[in-house]
Amino acid sequence: MDWIDFAIIVAKGGILVNAMLIAAAYMVLAERKIAAWIQNRIGPNRVGPWGLFQSFADVFKLYLKEDVVPAAADYRFHALAPVISIAVAITVYAVIPWSDAVEIGGRMISLTMAPDMNVALLVILAMTSVGVYGVALAGWSSNNKYSLMGGLRSSAQMISYELSMGLSIIGVVMIAGSLNLVDIIRGQSAGAWNVFYQPIAFIIFLVTALAETNRAPFDLPEAEPELVGGYHTEYSGMKFGLLYLAEYANMLASSAIMATLFLGGWDIIPFLDDATILGLEPGSLPLVLLQHGAFVGKSLLLVFVFIWIRWSLPRFRYDQLMNLGWKILLPLSLANIAVTGTVMLLLNR
Amino acid sequence: MMPALFQVLPLVVIWLALGAVGIVIQAYVRNTKLVFGYYLGTLALTAILAVVTAGAKGTMFSGMITTGGYANFFDVLFCSAGILSMIAARPYLQRLDGELDEFYTLLVSAVTGMMLMAHSNHMLVTFIGVELMSISFYVMSGFLRSDIRSVEAALKYFLLGAFASGFLVYGMALIYGATGSLEFGAIGSAVVSDALRFPVLFAIGATLLVIGFCFKIAAFPFHQWAPDVYEGAPTAVTAFMSTGGKAAAFSALIPIASVVMAGDSVVTGQMQLMVAIVSAVTMLVGNISAIAQSNVKRMLAYSSIAHAGYMLMGIVNGTTSGSEAIVFYATAYTFMQIGAFVIVGILEREEGGHLQLDDYAGLGKRQPVLAALMSIFLFSLAGIPPLGGFFGKYLLFVSAIDAGFTWLTIVAVASSVISVWFYLGLVVKMYFTEPSGDTSESPSGIAAITLAVSTVAVIALGIVPGWITSVIRSWPPMLTP
Amino acid sequence: MTTPVLLFSLFAIGAIASAVLTITRRNPVAAAMSLVGHFFMLTGLYLTLNAQFVAAVQVLVYAGAIMVLVVFVIMLLNVGNEQHLSEKPGMRKTVGTLLAVLFAAQIIGVTTARPTGMTALPDSSVAIGTTEAIGQSLFTTYLFPFEAVSILLLAALIGSVILAKRQLS
Repeated sequence: MDWIDFAIIVAKGGILVNAMLIAAAYMVLAERKIAAWIQNRIGPNRVGPWGLFQSFADVFKLYLKEDVVPAAADYRFHALAPVISIAVAITVYAVIPWSDAVEIGGRMISLTMAPDMNVALLVILAMTSVGVYGVALAGWSSNNKYSLMGGLRSSAQMISYELSMGLSIIGVVMIAGSLNLVDIIRGQSAGAWNVFYQPIAFIIFLVTALAETNRAPFDLPEAEPELVGGYHTEYSGMKFGLLYLAEYANMLASSAIMATLFLGGWDIIPFLDDATILGLEPGSLPLVLLQHGAFVGKSLLLVFVFIWIRWSLPRFRYDQLMNLGWKILLPLSLANIAVTGTVMLLLNR
Repeated sequence: MMPALFQVLPLVVIWLALGAVGIVIQAYVRNTKLVFGYYLGTLALTAILAVVTAGAKGTMFSGMITTGGYANFFDVLFCSAGILSMIAARPYLQRLDGELDEFYTLLVSAVTGMMLMAHSNHMLVTFIGVELMSISFYVMSGFLRSDIRSVEAALKYFLLGAFASGFLVYGMALIYGATGSLEFGAIGSAVVSDALRFPVLFAIGATLLVIGFCFKIAAFPFHQWAPDVYEGAPTAVTAFMSTGGKAAAFSALIPIASVVMAGDSVVTGQMQLMVAIVSAVTMLVGNISAIAQSNVKRMLAYSSIAHAGYMLMGIVNGTTSGSEAIVFYATAYTFMQIGAFVIVGILEREEGGHLQLDDYAGLGKRQPVLAALMSIFLFSLAGIPPLGGFFGKYLLFVSAIDAGFTWLTIVAVASSVISVWFYLGLVVKMYFTEPSGDTSESPSGIAAITLAVSTVAVIALGIVPGWITSVIRSWPPMLTP
Repeated sequence: MTTPVLLFSLFAIGAIASAVLTITRRNPVAAAMSLVGHFFMLTGLYLTLNAQFVAAVQVLVYAGAIMVLVVFVIMLLNVGNEQHLSEKPGMRKTVGTLLAVLFAAQIIGVTTARPTGMTALPDSSVAIGTTEAIGQSLFTTYLFPFEAVSILLLAALIGSVILAKRQLS
């Protein structure tokens, strides 16, 4: 590995982290605008044209705010929790296949940090499961019963839904025959997208992704009427900002993973080969850029679905949440694996 | 494909009956009688299939398990022990208000674990079998959840058992490091051809393995858990785990010991001596401690430690005559010990009442049948002819002399004489003392079936041992490496 | 020093340090989190040994599932800091010290021994770590134990429910 490779990796890291931060900031704004639209309001419109700089104003405010730590809190874990949350979110971004590789100056370069990772899908699952620590520690270290309740609810919810999430992916892995995300995308761009083969898995994944990111209708950990603010009640300033940021970063990551696994990744046109339809050289820069655009577009569309669901559906009750997870989603995802396996065996794939 | 699966039919059937069908039935049917009958039928069917497939000898699943012969003999033994304990457990648990469907599920899963141990041809399968059996036992010993002694027994058993499992795994890992395989045949040939890469590693591994098994069979110096656990656990469970569990541990230990002690290397001699010393101390400690007990369950627990010591004599022998003696003794021991514990269970009252030796005073007058049967079981345990226990002991003593361990046989005879003291003591108590205090016994219910079968078996094994020994002899434990 | 050796050393030091922290911290949550850190260091070690699947599963199972439950329990029970035990130098401490000295001597002996030279990992060992290779052997050679474990887990599951459930019908 020479210094150019090293520089490329550092540059990719810089681009990804900054893109993620800006995307998260604008997702907050998008959430407020869409919420306003759904509720027949106008939404933020003071800072910049159409309120476009609202998020920057918010972040600036968070930076300047006093960082209040409760006297009874365990200050070390209180500070550690947001760091864990954001670190886990960033790690997932390293394996998401943002774009196909393109040859520049004799090097294959793609926007992904670890493009050909053998176990990329497992890394994503592993990081999702580690994300529980951020929330649980935040709740516990605040030494506040609402926070603790929020943290515990969130941990229980994430552990319960992780199983169905992992099992729903297995169907896709069986079809692709690989845990490598790039392989999974290539398998789809050659034929139909996985959502056509695995519609049930897609729905299960969508539901569990909502639960894993603590979004409505599964936002019990921060249910305002019962728990004030849930696990981040006692957070203020940029620590609160980081927890908030991690939530949106996770949402975008979930959307991108869903786009990769079920919606063909960077494939632009389903069922057909992009390169021949558009008349572009496979692996050429324009095609790769177009495909990257398609990938981002799909991810943002799914983010819109997330927001749409949040402002349309009421919150679940806790027992309903657990029943849904253990008695419906888990058996359904197991049945999905069995059916997929049987069909593949019969078709001799 | 079909003939291959035919070989493992007993395992497959109990597996499916437990894991696939039983769970579904229990999810929708809350009828204890039905579940009881279902699992009883499962065990009976498994035993029949084990008899049918006994001729199909061989290995299956890339050498993971052996089928037919030796393993199937133990299958039948475990299923019989399971059936007898299950029948006796139902009235017992109903009386103590502790009956749940899941008791029978766990009992069958324990039998499954035992069968895995007997069928094992690979350390991995042995370990899974040991764990499956032990985990079921941990839970079953804590089954009377409102009884603090039962909970204590479960916790003690679990903590110590988990520790012992650690020894087992560590021993297996070191043996793997020394021989490069976990399959019995490969280990045996590595030992015989003296191709051990690290003899010291192998010796340490084998010792750790023996320690792990010593815990499971409750042999000195890892026997301390047994009296507490056997006393605290529900008596029906004690009956099962002190017999089936011990027989299963020996069924796994016999092939393992025969490969570890194969050949004539230095390791073999050292291992033999080590096991001989463990065996001698175990029977002395078990029998001497039993004398001092005033609680019947504790007395029988210590006596079961001593019996493990007797059976280890067959391991010392290391040849097929030793393993035949163990198999015969394990069979006889299973029936006599289950019988004794079931009678204790019938006489037991709530909260561990009516378990002292003094409570048995005058039993010969109040319950002549129970007292007579108890005497038969105790005589057999003591090794008095013409009962099953006597012939088993005879085979074991002969095998130890054959191996050149005459001193071990002398110790064994001496400790047998000591054991007569407390076994006969209880018989004397039953027949030659006057009853005192509350003397109303509850009816034995279907446990009578268990008692009848056990009695017949104990007597038959003593009078016509030739039939069963010829069966055992025709089924050697190991494919010679 | 090549990059893999450097990485290995870093992870090894990290693993030892976090393991020491696990047993020395008196705050139970701090000890549990140190153990999580230890698991991550082990993951790094596995990666340097080309065992990608084991590495991912290490995080997924140990850090992500088992330790979450441990932390969960500690938080629910609100366990206080560990109490200092007043220990007198007894039999146990003497033997323990002797064993520790023996162990230290052994480590020094091993580390100062002359290295016999390093050999690169054979290609076959690289292939062993992949998900495909593990899946292959799980469903062929080790099919029987793999299936047997499912019964084991079932029994454990039933047992834990029976023992822990507050009210049984």
